[in-house]
Amino acid sequence: MSVALVVVSHSAKIADGAVEVAREMAPDVIMMAAGGTDDGRIGTSLDTVMAALEKASCPDGVVILADLGSAIMTAESALEFLPDPDSAVLADAPLVEGLVAAAVAAQGGADRKTVLQAAEELFRRRQPDAEALGSMVAEGPPTGSSPDFSGDFTLVNEAGLHARPAAQIAGGLAAMDAEVTINAAEGGSMTSLMILAAGKGTVLHVEAWGVDAERAVKFVGGLVEAGFGEA
Amino acid sequence: MGLDTAWAVAFLHAAALSMAEHRDELIALDRAIGDSDHGENMDRGFEAVVAKLGDTPPESPAAALKLTAMVLMSKVGGAAGPLYGTAFLRAATALGETADVGPDVLVSALQAALDGVVARGKAEAGDKTMVDAWIPAVAAARDAATAGEPAAAVLAAAASAAAAGAAATEPMLARKGRASYLGERSVGHRDPGAQSSALLLLAAAQAASQQDSHAGSPESPR
Repeated sequence: MSVALVVVSHSAKIADGAVEVAREMAPDVIMMAAGGTDDGRIGTSLDTVMAALEKASCPDGVVILADLGSAIMTAESALEFLPDPDSAVLADAPLVEGLVAAAVAAQGGADRKTVLQAAEELFRRRQPDAEALGSMVAEGPPTGSSPDFSGDFTLVNEAGLHARPAAQIAGGLAAMDAEVTINAAEGGSMTSLMILAAGKGTVLHVEAWGVDAERAVKFVGGLVEAGFGEA
Repeated sequence: MGLDTAWAVAFLHAAALSMAEHRDELIALDRAIGDSDHGENMDRGFEAVVAKLGDTPPESPAAALKLTAMVLMSKVGGAAGPLYGTAFLRAATALGETADVGPDVLVSALQAALDGVVARGKAEAGDKTMVDAWIPAVAAARDAATAGEPAAAVLAAAASAAAAGAAATEPMLARKGRASYLGERSVGHRDPGAQSSALLLLAAAQAASQQDSHAGSPESPR
């Protein structure tokens, strides 16, 4: 099992489409689309959202992504009506990117707090106000201190560190208690890893801090050296 | 005498009539600064409320308002759904099980409705939203109750202040919702949510004054 996701949008097409995109990287995660009104118009419906939440309900919890305005308000209303209001949480994140990040983290077995963080950190990165930057620095690797474990691994697969491998790494690391950087990019962030645009033959320098530092570095090394299961 | 279940039902029927009657006006207001669906959404929502009232007649004023909340949240579609839904729900909770709503409980319910709208929509006074109709409405209701007025007069005071509040949104710059994307272009248009709020409070006041004049044998204005 993993954390389940519910997408609330004004448009059924947006909700379905976002799930379709995220599903590519997280085939095993339960994702329910709750877009449009119950009679197929643009808008949101409490009934539709409640039904999706019920279907997604699972022991690991549910994270909700919503697009704007009434979708956010309807999602908040739905939370108030849940038999257990703590069984789901609404992410403050951009819909598509936030969903993909959350789905990747969920696919990697992360708990709900980590899945929520995966979605919301995108938002904080886009709006680098002082408070958000402060919290990112505080949560980030202890700059200056040497890593608890590190390793160098060469990309052997033809396509290099593209979306799916980045998702595999970020998803797996999400479930570990370690701060990891890969060529200075944040290991737990799929988008950061993709921005590296590392191709075949690139050496990835992996550094990790924390209880699971060694396990995290070996996990990344294992994936890289196996070519992420690709040719 | 206070307001009873028959008043609540008459109010909701009057609200449905008002939304149907002002549908095009609300659409025009929303077209100017929004996505032009407010009139249609409110009309559809209250039509569904009336249908539901017919299916399951409520046994208390609170039950009538709660039923309305659930229907609006599921049928309106736009932002008005969760906003009015939350308002009706919080008002219903404030009423509790009372079958006879007096002026003080009424003021608590109106305040709870306003608090619900603010909690859900995060709007403040002057943002050019329905809050700008609700804040003066609650203040006027409280003044009337403090002055010893009966429930019907408290609602009349609220409705009149809400209408003035809605008119006062015209020169405001929108800072919430779809209209906020328009910036300066939102100035000069009345907020559709403030206008529908004023209309709903007017329907509530009219139903109350009818109940008074019929002295306990209210007619449904169906």
